[in-house]
Amino acid sequence: MSAAPLLEVKDLRVEFPTRRGTLVAVDGISFSIAPGEVLGVVGESGAGKSLTGMAIIGLLEPPGRIAAGEIRLEGERIDHLPADRMRRIRGRRIGAIFQDPLTSLNPLYTVGEQLVETILTHLEVGHDEARRRALRLLAEVGIPAPEARIDQYPHQFSGGMRQRVVIALALCAEPRLIVADEPTTALDVSIQAQIITLLKHLAREHGTAVMLITHDMGVIAETADRVAVMYAGRLAELGPVREVLQRPRHPYTVGLMGSIPKLGAVKRHARLVQIDGAMPRLNAIPAGCAFNPRCPQRFARCTAERPEPLQVGDTRTACWLYADGPR
Amino acid sequence: MTAGAGRLRRAWNHDLAWSFRHSPVALLAAVLTLVCVGGALLAPWIAPHNPFDSATLNLSDGFTPPAWSGSGTAKYLLGTDDQGRDMLSTILYGARISLGVGLAAVLFSAVLGVSLGLLSGYLGGHLDAFIMRVADIQLSFPAILIALLIDGVARVALPPELHDQLAVYVLVLAIGVSGWVQYARTVRGSTLVEKGKEYVQAARVIGRHPLAIMLRHVLPNVTGPVLVIATIHVATAIITEATLSFLGVGVPPTQPSLGTLVRIGNNFLLSGEWWIALFPGLALVVLVLAVNLLGDWLRDALNPKLR
Amino acid sequence: MDPASRPLVRLIGASRDFDVSRPWLNRVLEGAPRRLLRAVDDVSFDVRRGETLALVGESGCGKSTVARLIVGLYALSRGRIEFDGLDLAALETDAAALRRRMQMIFQDPYASLNPRWRVRDIVAEPIRVLRLADNDAAEGARVAELLRQVGLAAEDGEKYPHEFSGGQRQRISIARALCGNPEFLVCDEPTSALDVSVQAQILNLMAELQERLGLTYLFISHNLAVVLHIADRVGVMYLGRVVELAEAAQLFATPRHPYTRMLMDAIPDLEMSGKPRTPVAGEVPNPLAPPAGCAFHPRCPHANARCRTERPQLRPVAGGAAACHAVEEGRL
Repeated sequence: MSAAPLLEVKDLRVEFPTRRGTLVAVDGISFSIAPGEVLGVVGESGAGKSLTGMAIIGLLEPPGRIAAGEIRLEGERIDHLPADRMRRIRGRRIGAIFQDPLTSLNPLYTVGEQLVETILTHLEVGHDEARRRALRLLAEVGIPAPEARIDQYPHQFSGGMRQRVVIALALCAEPRLIVADEPTTALDVSIQAQIITLLKHLAREHGTAVMLITHDMGVIAETADRVAVMYAGRLAELGPVREVLQRPRHPYTVGLMGSIPKLGAVKRHARLVQIDGAMPRLNAIPAGCAFNPRCPQRFARCTAERPEPLQVGDTRTACWLYADGPR
Repeated sequence: MTAGAGRLRRAWNHDLAWSFRHSPVALLAAVLTLVCVGGALLAPWIAPHNPFDSATLNLSDGFTPPAWSGSGTAKYLLGTDDQGRDMLSTILYGARISLGVGLAAVLFSAVLGVSLGLLSGYLGGHLDAFIMRVADIQLSFPAILIALLIDGVARVALPPELHDQLAVYVLVLAIGVSGWVQYARTVRGSTLVEKGKEYVQAARVIGRHPLAIMLRHVLPNVTGPVLVIATIHVATAIITEATLSFLGVGVPPTQPSLGTLVRIGNNFLLSGEWWIALFPGLALVVLVLAVNLLGDWLRDALNPKLR
Repeated sequence: MDPASRPLVRLIGASRDFDVSRPWLNRVLEGAPRRLLRAVDDVSFDVRRGETLALVGESGCGKSTVARLIVGLYALSRGRIEFDGLDLAALETDAAALRRRMQMIFQDPYASLNPRWRVRDIVAEPIRVLRLADNDAAEGARVAELLRQVGLAAEDGEKYPHEFSGGQRQRISIARALCGNPEFLVCDEPTSALDVSVQAQILNLMAELQERLGLTYLFISHNLAVVLHIADRVGVMYLGRVVELAEAAQLFATPRHPYTRMLMDAIPDLEMSGKPRTPVAGEVPNPLAPPAGCAFHPRCPHANARCRTERPQLRPVAGGAAACHAVEEGRL
């Protein structure tokens, strides 16, 4: 990577103490995102991808906590910051977009009021300038006739338009990093494509780093520059999106890609590649490689020793198959 | 390990048991409730005297103050009332009636309310509208007024000697009917939620009878909040009973409940025999407080949001 | 008609309206009008024996309502539905016998199993209701067989639903649906709530079961890629109506209706061929006030004056049928 990373996450560990023991939900994750880059974080439900995002924006729900590792934004450590300092960073330097656009907007205020207030909170501008900026943002996220819509309430917007407003809200303070957690999951397919295109365009235009969390490989393929595949709280594979999707190395990624029905190959009742079993629960993660009980290529070392991410070409793969160089 | 021990261990490790073990208030409330309930249940065996056996009553023992005051005796720990009845024994016997009426009324309320709530929520339509409007109307009267009304109707309808015999049952009915609305509303709400879930639709596709779906599928999934309401309602019902008895429309003086005892004591409060009203009153407070605390704990423990 | 070649399920102008009016009191006080939502509007299609017919469309297009109309969870407002040549609405007495020949699999594996029941009771419910087992032993044997058939262990019957993952729960749902030996399964988004690797397991299982038991599926989904994988024929729905119905291969190769083309175009490109995409503008209109003429015309690049006024009917085209004036006129 040529540019200095905007976000750097090192050995992040998120724990949930419960009365039956401590659950490790995110276990030793490291990655970085450069300005203008979209990093896709993909994984099945419970893989820890959303918690990683929450840890970065400092919104982990107690009793969840960052137990180890560090998070750096433009070189500055932002894990374990006091709540009020983190609040200032969130919104100003980190924008967040969540799955459900309805819960991200206050139903009692107009879209314009919410945008203007956010701008005034974070930027040194007057009210008129803030409103001009709000209008410009709405236009930029593709809301037709922003002058007419800025004084409407969230419920007067459709689902796709609401998500655009949420994106505008996240962009208000011109953040350096946007954490988008399943931003298209609640939307219909045709709207998904619109939002994906928008996100990608904005990242390029403003040089904003985007951490795009999703379970949908299709969204990753369309949007991300690099992709991190998570499994049971750990990083399975991390690399350029084309590399990971077309030449997956980790057996989990291989299975994941194979299990997606492909459009080009309409073969009636052709069996899909399937990964047997299910991802382990957090209280029953197997010893060694977390994926080993489901892995078709398991061997002795996999059950005994936990693999660390190994550099294989442009990707990092946490799999013992690559311990002696690429196969 | 035997199967029974395994089940016991599972129950011990259950979230509810865990939350109970870690809540001092719940433990205290449970101990108090147990003391009250135990004392009430075992009254005939542990009470030092039988206050309703006129053969053992001695009028000359009347107005004996509690044992620790100057003229008290160890024979009557909490003193005696005007007729020489041992206060401790009458309280134990009285708690028995208070608790019995309270529990029976709550059971009656719960069965009535849960049934109407289930029907209302599951079948909907005009039946639902009718039941809920009746509930609204009833809610616009204080519960005690409803109970008084039912008691009054019973007094007019029944011949006096029959009424005295049935007084306890009339009381249960009156308190029970005055309290069903809360159950019905809660259960209706939960039923509407459960009804929309796919397991209920699956049962409909299988072709189960609506009644079977209500009882076997929906009912087990709406009982959580009912349990909480019922526990807190026990306390309310005991107070309602005490209020009615205090007003003199509850149980007859021959079977005094705690409320009746307070009413009797009230007559002597200003003439210096304070213990006759105070001790039954205290017993009532402790009983109701304990049950209320238990209900509060149960509500919090069953609420996943607060866990 | 010859019973063997007769379609198993036939919808003829099936329609369903929902009354979404304000409560009576509000209507009287505020003068609000009664409002009807046409969730399913004049839908006709056949499901042939042994095939998988898929219905695909965005949220609110009425595909789930069609599923619920067929299994009888909703009553028809107009039209008729035949099962094996018999009108489902007309038969009061035999309806139960007919209904046991169809079952349904639901979307949300966390809501479709009663959390208070053991798995064996959940799976055995149809046997008990239909009195298919002579005794407890026969019932137990059947439940064990069903659980094994869907890839679970017979011992899993003793557990409660919360002890299983989403995919396993969906297997339990399938076991319950198969319990009464149905011929026809209505599957309402059976894999939408599952992760992709688990989705593949369930899709494979469904294909296996279809082959082994000769089942007929109506498969409801919003995911065109999944639908094209599992279905023989695909019906595309938009705002309560079927706009295109074609063989899966045909639909993939030559989608006719502009809406189908848009759906195809919106499928993310996993091959990363870099082909340019033109995301279609606009969103599904409010179903309470659907546009006049063709409901898709406000979003359609090929709409003309006729599209804005005259509602297109589903007409046969090569390899299927489409409801589009542009296709009919040869403009597309």
